[in-house]
Amino acid sequence: MTHASKWTNRLWQCVAAIGAVLVLSGCELPVPNSVQHGYRGTGMVQVYNTRLLAATVDANVPPVAIPQAPGEGPKASQTYKNVQVLGNLSTAQFNRLMVSMSAWVSPNNGGCVYCHNPANFADDEKYTKVVARRMLQMTQYINSEWKPHVAETGVTCYTCHRGQPVPSAIWFTKDHQPQGSNFLGDKAGQNEPAAVVNLSSLPSDPFTPFLLEAKDIRMNGPTPLPSGNRHSTKQTEWTYGLMTHMSTSLGVNCTYCHNSRSFQSWEDAPPQRVTAWHGIRMARDLNVNYMEPLTPVFPDNRKGELGDAPKLNCNTCHQGAYKPLFGAPMAKDFPELTPPPSAKPAQVASK
Amino acid sequence: MADYYNLFTTVQARGPVHHGTELGPGNSPRFGHPVLFWLLGKIGNAQLGPIYLGGFGVLSLVCGMVAFNIIGLNMLASVNWDPVQLVRQLFWLALEPPPPEYGLSMPPLNQGGWFLIVGLLLSISVLAWWVRMYRRAIALGMGTHVAWAFAAALWLFFVLGFFRPILMGSWGEAVPYGIFPHLDWTAALSIRYGNLFYNPFHALSIVFLYGSVLLFAMHGATILAVTRYGGEREIEQIVDRGTASERAALFWRWTMGFNASMESIHRWAWWFAVLCPLTGGIGILLTGTVVDNWYLWAIKHGVAPPYPNVFPAVIDPALTLGAKP
Repeated sequence: MTHASKWTNRLWQCVAAIGAVLVLSGCELPVPNSVQHGYRGTGMVQVYNTRLLAATVDANVPPVAIPQAPGEGPKASQTYKNVQVLGNLSTAQFNRLMVSMSAWVSPNNGGCVYCHNPANFADDEKYTKVVARRMLQMTQYINSEWKPHVAETGVTCYTCHRGQPVPSAIWFTKDHQPQGSNFLGDKAGQNEPAAVVNLSSLPSDPFTPFLLEAKDIRMNGPTPLPSGNRHSTKQTEWTYGLMTHMSTSLGVNCTYCHNSRSFQSWEDAPPQRVTAWHGIRMARDLNVNYMEPLTPVFPDNRKGELGDAPKLNCNTCHQGAYKPLFGAPMAKDFPELTPPPSAKPAQVASK
Repeated sequence: MADYYNLFTTVQARGPVHHGTELGPGNSPRFGHPVLFWLLGKIGNAQLGPIYLGGFGVLSLVCGMVAFNIIGLNMLASVNWDPVQLVRQLFWLALEPPPPEYGLSMPPLNQGGWFLIVGLLLSISVLAWWVRMYRRAIALGMGTHVAWAFAAALWLFFVLGFFRPILMGSWGEAVPYGIFPHLDWTAALSIRYGNLFYNPFHALSIVFLYGSVLLFAMHGATILAVTRYGGEREIEQIVDRGTASERAALFWRWTMGFNASMESIHRWAWWFAVLCPLTGGIGILLTGTVVDNWYLWAIKHGVAPPYPNVFPAVIDPALTLGAKP
């Protein structure tokens, strides 16, 4: 082999080796940004891919609010029949909210008539109208009673619906043994590429135990040595599943809320963890007191495989953003969705 | 064209295949007719076979195959007997250990019963394989280093699937048989027991794991680098120190002050490899049985340094009066 051809050969080998490394490394373009979020050297960073972030930003733009309507004139309850929730608004305010709702929820599904009988708007014959009324009460309840989670930003119908009659991220209790086999093949509720746990093999319905039932989420014990904490590794996989769902729903890493060294520690945890803690309780409260009781109202085609009502989780509102709509304060334009805390919602919170 | 050759780039000689030495009484006959593969000769010996199976080899293979098939059939059943989905979802599928509430009792087949049966079969399989390795080494008049190295791996295997579940009082603590599922289990174990990175035996195990890789690369590179002086004839170099050995030793003495010897490097490699699962197994065995929270343990004993708080102080909202439960 001549000297020149030997070096050409080696050059090609180097190029091939570098190429193989690039292919095998699973390159992500553009190179993600890592943003420090805690004490240096402790791995407290948030990782952002600007391309994916741009898509999330585009998907979280709030609609322009219709200008405020005068509060004078006859009340909605005087003008219309069967106004059970918003009767104290002026007719103009009421109409403004109704028009906004049709734009938020059913712009491509008939607008008003998605919920209303066109021949008689007061009629409750369509199930969608019954659900919508309950959802209005739920929105008011969230904005007035769940300030530890939604703060002054609040929520509107659009926070979840985003122009769709059914929010894109909802969940049903899963049938863990759909094949009906009692002999072999039990997945133990996990081991399938489930989108809600970011395609890991973690439990694919981490919502039923934590966002409907109130099973223990905390697995860690309070002492270095064993002192009676009997939580198992298998149980921890369910908590892990819920946390993975939260991480992907909010577009953040574990360390957005948790101390990288000790997930259980509150002392060096970012304050966002407190907001998230309330969020878990809020989702559970809403599923138990608002969504589940609507089970008889929903038609079968809106129910899950086990016949349960659609329910909400973190992604229903957040949709990839650390704050829904990146914190756009939509609710301030609709003060009727935030009644004073002492108003009626207390009765539904009692459970 | 003349090219550079050493023992690692052999010219493959073709001749009568070697059937191995005569075996004494108490041995089964070897199995299979030897064949030559040119490609195999590029990475090792071109001759494939014969293989010595023996009673323990047959027992090991039978138990292993039955276990493998039980796992596979459970996976196939879990995708409703769809072979396409078995392939597509293979990395996600698993045979799961029983739910923790069954403790150490025998659960129904579909609730971990199959898992325990597979565990028993695999245990018999790997132990029979160990006996086979030990006996073959003796038959060849070798030392039993390979068998004991394999035993180190078996120690970790039995800690994970047998000793620790028994000490914890639950088969549910065992590792699922699945590709992603066993990785998720690993992460969940770390989360449950307060971050396994603060387990000093875990740290030691990583030292020996990465250390083994480093030693393997250093040794392989050193020997390849001195093959031009006959350095790949390691045993010859040990008996009769040549320039290859001297250069290799000088290289490391010059670059890092110390060099292993032609003899000792193999003990370094064996101990690093063996200590990886030995220390790892100790770390797993202590997890949950002796230590419940490795982070708190490390803080208590000054292993983990405290860091300055950079966040506004928050308190656990579960302790706050008025927080909704």
